Amino acid sequence: MTRELHTLVCLKVVPKSEEVGVDRETNTLDRANARSEINPPDMNALEAALALKDRFGGRVSLMSMGPPFVIPTLRVGLAMGADHAYLLSDRAFGGADTLATSLTLARAIEKLGDVDLVLCGEESSDGATAQVPPGIATWMDVPQATYAMDVDFEPGQRHLVVTREVRDGEEVLDVPLPAVVSVKVSCNEPRFMDAARFALLDSEASVTTWTADDLGVDPEHLGLAGSPTSVAGLKEAAQASGRRREMVSGTPEEEGRILYDRIVEFLRGAGARGQEAPG
Amino acid sequence: MIDPAYSPQEARGIWVFLEHDAGVLAPVSLELLAKARELATESGAELAGLLVGGDLSALEATTARLDLDRVVSVAHPLLTQFTAEAYAHAVDQVIRQQKPDIFLLGATAYGRDLAGRLAVMLRTGLTADCTDLALEAATGLLLGEVSGFGGGVLATIRCEQHRPQMATVRPGVFPEPAAVDRAAATIDRPAVDVPAAKCPVKVVARHRKTGVDISRAERLVVAGAGARGEMPSIEALAQALGAEIGATRVAVDEGWAERERQIGQTGVIARPKLALVWGASGASQFTCGIDQAEMVVAVNQDPEAAIFESADICIVDEVAPVVKALVAELKSRGGVE
Repeated sequence: MTRELHTLVCLKVVPKSEEVGVDRETNTLDRANARSEINPPDMNALEAALALKDRFGGRVSLMSMGPPFVIPTLRVGLAMGADHAYLLSDRAFGGADTLATSLTLARAIEKLGDVDLVLCGEESSDGATAQVPPGIATWMDVPQATYAMDVDFEPGQRHLVVTREVRDGEEVLDVPLPAVVSVKVSCNEPRFMDAARFALLDSEASVTTWTADDLGVDPEHLGLAGSPTSVAGLKEAAQASGRRREMVSGTPEEEGRILYDRIVEFLRGAGARGQEAPG
Repeated sequence: MIDPAYSPQEARGIWVFLEHDAGVLAPVSLELLAKARELATESGAELAGLLVGGDLSALEATTARLDLDRVVSVAHPLLTQFTAEAYAHAVDQVIRQQKPDIFLLGATAYGRDLAGRLAVMLRTGLTADCTDLALEAATGLLLGEVSGFGGGVLATIRCEQHRPQMATVRPGVFPEPAAVDRAAATIDRPAVDVPAAKCPVKVVARHRKTGVDISRAERLVVAGAGARGEMPSIEALAQALGAEIGATRVAVDEGWAERERQIGQTGVIARPKLALVWGASGASQFTCGIDQAEMVVAVNQDPEAAIFESADICIVDEVAPVVKALVAELKSRGGVE
């Protein structure tokens, strides 16, 4: 008799990236008007977890690191079919780079004690580093499979068969559990939340909040203190452009004609430069 | 602070992970090698290339002719195919022995897998997906430029106390180097211990895809959200120009182009001669993917669109009539060579 599969999905609540602007005067990020959403590939990770639960039974837990205001967003994941959510929330976690973030998540997952499979999105829409899933796997000393397009489970073997994207193709991996798997955005179609389930949700009972004390990690290894990297400077991206910004206007036909002339002229020049260039 | 694996005072040299497949080095590894040579010249550091694999004898010989000072070749039968666990276990040993100061990897699936694991094993900092690398004048520290939240801000990241200073860089960010004519570099073959227990993942199958790689395209015709309904004209234009189709994230999400044609922060960093961009708003998550283009033409009906800040030729107009007019010009006056 095999034990039921316990899948944990790491969710990051992020401001919608298309709604984050830059304050041109202060050169800082303007998130005031951005709504929160679950990082899009994390929704695919959740769907993959729920699909495994549909087929093989077991439980799905959610875990997120962030301030308490993300709880309503986590409820969306619960209403989709997850069983319980864990929020890691403490000022001590703030300012963490990928080393400290992955340590915090790994220690919290280990505290649960019975997690077989950790599913993450391939990368976050705000940081886009894709380094947290391998980090969690390494802190837990378990195998990893990243950029998964398909995750299948062999219950008897307690192995996963993961099809994943690599540089020039795809590969199929046999991965023993426990393991950490990150999934590609759009590898599946996340289901809608169940409105009845959402209405009945008791978020007091279904969300557990843990602080740094609950994890028993040296505070020097958490958050800003536990992060080897630091920001040395910031600049606005647009300043780097250095483009000509020549305006061309007229009727569409005139614009098409001018564009044609400019393109032909440019490509002739570029061709000549290409021939002169050595090697 | 987490204790570092070794101190900055002990650290020496710049290393580049040389990713390879079927006996051929990945273009991004060559791009990184060229950038690392610039940094090494500036600091006077040794430049080493790290090869990892099963049988590396043929690759060692070609690698030794590249512009580097030393090849560190780590061969073991259990390293024949890439698995993150085995590669990280082997490379961790070599790094602890030789203590490089800087370690650079391509931000490919394998490079990111290895970097993410190693950074935790070595308890060091990793700056992922850099858009530029430099050395800080006062300290000699590696500065990795990354596009920050939403791409609107470029942040410079450094790692002061932990070594190696690790960074990954996307393909196409740096140009490929010209061939050099130089004496063969020395080849160093450190022994590593790779127990089967450290190789839990098995590669069952591998399929090479023959899909497009627009990071190498010379000409790009790029569809943004404003190209809705105009894909036939966009495709006709690409064909007339001998260009590849590229797309913004919105256009890919809408299904107008395949995901491998997505340009920008979560897609491809392209470096074409010419990019014609139709109906893109110009979010910096997108424009960072065409910043390397020699010439950018942008058409958008919104005069305030940010895309015009990233374009050489700007046309404020609807996409449909202009793209059709340009296709008509190409048909009547002849295509371009």
